[in-house]
Amino acid sequence: MSSHDKLLLAGILTAGLLAAPALAFDFGRPATPQEIKLWDIDVGPDGKGLPDGSGTAVQGKQIFADNCAACHGDNGQGGIKDRLAGGQGTLASNMPVKTVGSFWPYATTLFDYIHRAMPYPTPGSLSTDETYAVTAYILSLNGIVPADGKVDKESLPKIKMPNRDGFIPEPEFDPARLFRKK
Amino acid sequence: MTSKTPVELLPRPANVSRRGFVGGLSAGIFGAVASEAAGAETLADVPDRGPGADLSAHSERSRFAKLDRIPEATPGKRNVDPGDAINSKTPHQKLVGNITPTDLHYERSHSGVPDIDPAQHRLLIHGMVSKPLVLNVEDLKQMPSVTRVVFIECTGNGWENWKKADPDVTVQNTHGLVSTNEWTGVPLKFLIDLVAKDKGSKWMLAEGGDGAGVDRSIPLTDEIVNEAFVAYGQNGEPLRPAHGFPMRLVMPGFEGNLNIKWLRRLKFGSEPWMTRWETARYTQLLANGKARQFQLRMETNSVITQPSGMMQIQPGYNRISGLAWSGHGKIAGVEISTDGARTWKPAQLSQPVLSKAQVRFQMDWAWDGKPTKIVSRSTDDHGNVQPDRQSFIAAMGTNALFHYNAQQTWSIDEAGRVRNVLA
Repeated sequence: MSSHDKLLLAGILTAGLLAAPALAFDFGRPATPQEIKLWDIDVGPDGKGLPDGSGTAVQGKQIFADNCAACHGDNGQGGIKDRLAGGQGTLASNMPVKTVGSFWPYATTLFDYIHRAMPYPTPGSLSTDETYAVTAYILSLNGIVPADGKVDKESLPKIKMPNRDGFIPEPEFDPARLFRKK
Repeated sequence: MTSKTPVELLPRPANVSRRGFVGGLSAGIFGAVASEAAGAETLADVPDRGPGADLSAHSERSRFAKLDRIPEATPGKRNVDPGDAINSKTPHQKLVGNITPTDLHYERSHSGVPDIDPAQHRLLIHGMVSKPLVLNVEDLKQMPSVTRVVFIECTGNGWENWKKADPDVTVQNTHGLVSTNEWTGVPLKFLIDLVAKDKGSKWMLAEGGDGAGVDRSIPLTDEIVNEAFVAYGQNGEPLRPAHGFPMRLVMPGFEGNLNIKWLRRLKFGSEPWMTRWETARYTQLLANGKARQFQLRMETNSVITQPSGMMQIQPGYNRISGLAWSGHGKIAGVEISTDGARTWKPAQLSQPVLSKAQVRFQMDWAWDGKPTKIVSRSTDDHGNVQPDRQSFIAAMGTNALFHYNAQQTWSIDEAGRVRNVLA
């Protein structure tokens, strides 16, 4: 083999190594934007991911009675599962009551959680508007939106939950500092 | 075992028969059945040999070994109907060695165990990536794999003892929400390269395919990127459904809820999503009403499993044994006190001692028959020392409910009864 051929071979081998990412799609297949949309349900605290639509607390009251009250109790209290309303002012006591109103820092999380996980027997069965309505109703039970209030993707991220400032990130994983130290 | 057996090392008081002391230990390891059976007083009493049962497609546990988890609803609501349970606890008092049997690995789910056909299961990886991908289990099995022994611990482990100590509980009740298995899967780093993650993405959302769609925001620290993997194997076989079949995230050293089971989506982004799980649920409420958030790493911990709650010991020789683990790395040492935390002696560690895996410790002890308290204290290779209860509660209060790692004390009364106490 001539030195030129060796050089050529080395060049081919190097190119082959550098081209390794081209093998990527040998595993699985590309995800299409359309199918990603089907599963891309998460909602951030800035409202990113919230869908179009809206719902009122008045509408939500009936939807809650039909789908949620069996576990969470009428008015979000006294049920067999998590209490959803009340408890404000109890967090520093010996008997803290952690509810949406007393503990949850973001209203966007409420929409996300209802949408992904509730109602427990049939998660995802509520429409977008129904999910907004139940969100508004639970917030109204906590006095965070008025009884005739309405929420949508614009208003939900703007709600300042009573316990928004009640969380202290663990220093090691504080999102505000974690990747900015270096 | 060295040639110097514990029996040689420590003289046994004349008033304790060997049968008595063996019986005491047996009750711990093999359960009620063993102690109910008539013993063999002499070798002549041992049943004759003979042909045994037919071979089978899989090996069942001996009918004499009773090993069961405890389904539990909330602290103090135990042995509930499985339909009402939210977790199921590992019987540490009956186990030996470092590895938890697969079927006894603790179980916690938030919407039951889905029955997933792997042929229909998909993992979507998308977000801040150049090449969003859809993968199935066979794709994962084709990829380079890692196999690693790792503990997984529910952040609620220890929830029995936050506010009070029920004396009538076992170590299964107090510490049954941690287990160690060998997991096999694909390094997260490999998947990150495969989809060509944007360098600006520092957080990852992992989401399960269960009814609750459990999802957590995971910071992409160097440690996590280098150590996390998507597992499809557990102790040499496919994952069990209760543990995430057909694929789950394994996050060595991090709280159980981050090890997303039935994994179906990884999304890369720039900030945490503030899911229900990292805001309303797995945060630690302090005495002042503020809550610690993103307390993701499991702490340096240990517990004596033998003897432990509800057992009975005899004066004379006793072997103390237990488990230690740390989310920071390897266990460097375990000390045991048999006088209520006044003096401490080093315990032996069973090899291998692996990073972010449980390790068994043991020590010989001659009990003089007087009431006392026994307690263990672990230290990891980062210098973290398991705190005593008093300083732990002083820092965390009694409302935190998650990440309990205070030293576990067992009291022993004059009759040898071992009971749960706070210190």
